[in-house]
Amino acid sequence: MSEFVAQLTEWREAVLERLPPWWLRAAVAILIVIGILLPLAFTQTSGFIDATIRALAFVVMALGLNIVVGFAGLLDLGYVAFYALGAYSMGWFASGFFFKADVHVLTAALPTAQGIHLNFLLVLLAAALICAVAGALIGLPTLRLRGDYIAIVTLAFGEIIGTVAINGTDIHLPGGQTLTAGNLGIPAVDLPYFPGVGKFELLNLRAWYWLIFAILLLVLFVNIRLRDSRIGRAWVALREDEVAAISMGIPAVRTKLLAYAIGATFGGMSGAFLGAYYTTVNAGQFAFSFSIFVLAMIIVGGLGSIWGAVLGALLLSYINFYLIPDVLNSVPSSLGLDFSLTDLSFGIFGFLLVLVMVLRPQGLFPERRRTLELTQEVDRDQAMLKEPT
Amino acid sequence: MSSAEASPTTTTAPPRVPAIMRAEHVTKEFGGLVAVSDVSIDIPTRSIVSIIGPNGAGKTTLFNMLTGLYKPSAGRISLEDREITGKRPDIITSLGVARTFQNIRLFRAMTAVENVVVGRHARMRAGVWGSIIRPPGVRREERAARDRSREILEYVGLEHSQFDQLAGNLSYGDQRRVEIARALAADPTLLLLDEPTAGMNPQESDRLTDFMRKLRDDLDLTILLIEHDMRVVMGISERITVLDLGERIAEGPPAEIRENSRVIEAYLGKQDER
Repeated sequence: MSEFVAQLTEWREAVLERLPPWWLRAAVAILIVIGILLPLAFTQTSGFIDATIRALAFVVMALGLNIVVGFAGLLDLGYVAFYALGAYSMGWFASGFFFKADVHVLTAALPTAQGIHLNFLLVLLAAALICAVAGALIGLPTLRLRGDYIAIVTLAFGEIIGTVAINGTDIHLPGGQTLTAGNLGIPAVDLPYFPGVGKFELLNLRAWYWLIFAILLLVLFVNIRLRDSRIGRAWVALREDEVAAISMGIPAVRTKLLAYAIGATFGGMSGAFLGAYYTTVNAGQFAFSFSIFVLAMIIVGGLGSIWGAVLGALLLSYINFYLIPDVLNSVPSSLGLDFSLTDLSFGIFGFLLVLVMVLRPQGLFPERRRTLELTQEVDRDQAMLKEPT
Repeated sequence: MSSAEASPTTTTAPPRVPAIMRAEHVTKEFGGLVAVSDVSIDIPTRSIVSIIGPNGAGKTTLFNMLTGLYKPSAGRISLEDREITGKRPDIITSLGVARTFQNIRLFRAMTAVENVVVGRHARMRAGVWGSIIRPPGVRREERAARDRSREILEYVGLEHSQFDQLAGNLSYGDQRRVEIARALAADPTLLLLDEPTAGMNPQESDRLTDFMRKLRDDLDLTILLIEHDMRVVMGISERITVLDLGERIAEGPPAEIRENSRVIEAYLGKQDER
């Protein structure tokens, strides 16, 4: 792996020098076309496409977390909360879970089916809204905190949501309905259905791929627009020097909450998609390690860099969902060793993270601003805000 | 020194022009430490006023209260007859108060132009949806902000070649320029400069002094500065407030302050040394 990282670095720098200024636009256009055509090169049930779908969902997550951690500099260790809320939105509003309800909106579910069955896009919207509100709420108690303390509070919220998800079987809503199905999982989540297009099938992964690819393009677009806007500048200014930023007229509270809310929105959208893709919403999915996994993606890619987040998320996802389980898993046994490589996933990720930190602490695809921060010592006297009261 | 006789006590001269900002009996305590105690200051519109005092006199603390970074423990601050005591810094900035910092606080990893555009934040409107959808109005606003920022950078005398340099890579003098430009970008009516000539040689200080006068005249600004360089202070200020150990010990025009015995003792040194 170290060779790969070094090679990538070297290669990138050599190529960048020779490229014309419009190379990025051209590259993006080509990538989009390749992205659209990609699944046609594989079978409908290809394991690689399955891994790619999950990888793209994680890219969306990474882009969301990158806004909070990368742009605004708020270290959020509880990102799993929004995965959970997004996935539960799908579980609640597109399955037979609320069996006493009977709501059907633009869905392929039989009219006689119990539960709430909303159209996929409606649930996606609901998940985005729920997570935006939850993101801002979780952000509220962190506003007076800085650095590591933000991490501790968000970590706690992530754990709270995970625990509530597991114990949701004991939380009774009015009417005797439980909040979640705990570790059993909410089964048989509706497959997405688009009027005029048709219903998704589990044995045809192409539609799923195109769906998450479209969500990804949307999220990417929003990310880029926000980065190069008044809002994006305000986030970076707050990250760089909060005292100076608020003295320049940036409302710290609103701007930070906005970062939390938008970051959470993307996490929720991705979570909703994954809820539908896995067709089950199981409390066991929402572990702390998930938050770290997404954080590792944006650190490996380069904090604050959109393309870094994309690259980091793809890299770690492919390693996790494809390379380790599908390609290399049998390597130890073929060497006569009695374990499977999936048992070592976390060890491998830890090793990769250390490697990146040692060889390229700014990440694979660093934001130009971060590069400076890491190469020069930034002397910032934050004492002014630590005003004892 | 040729002018008036030394005033024996500190007197608050009645303001000849309406005050743009007025602090009345403001106090700031940190735990048991009183950093600023019962200080009042009037800043007449379109004047240049200095706050001087030995290290630890509470000058920067007073600044931080005037700009909203600190909430006063007691007292009242008003801006153009509107009470702003305890208002958030970003609100106070949007009401027309901008500042620089004693130890330069640029966004070091942004370019000079970007720094100044951030300074315009309070004068721009684009929200989340505007930023994402980018309708013509937002595009126009963005372009106007960039153009204006370049104009301001030119005005403060930054070389064009430095405009797109990262602020952290600029020379010390240029960083000071960019910081003033960033403050000016907020279209302030009152500009607060915290030790603007710190680290400058006499020629640079003179140039900055001239520049401050020009600023006031060109932009109809009121300038409040903290300054240690007596040459600058005496040369530029219309009124001076002297703080020592958190208390105001004198207030008046430069000639009066120069002769004030308490000031001389507390700050300028003993009389026989002069």
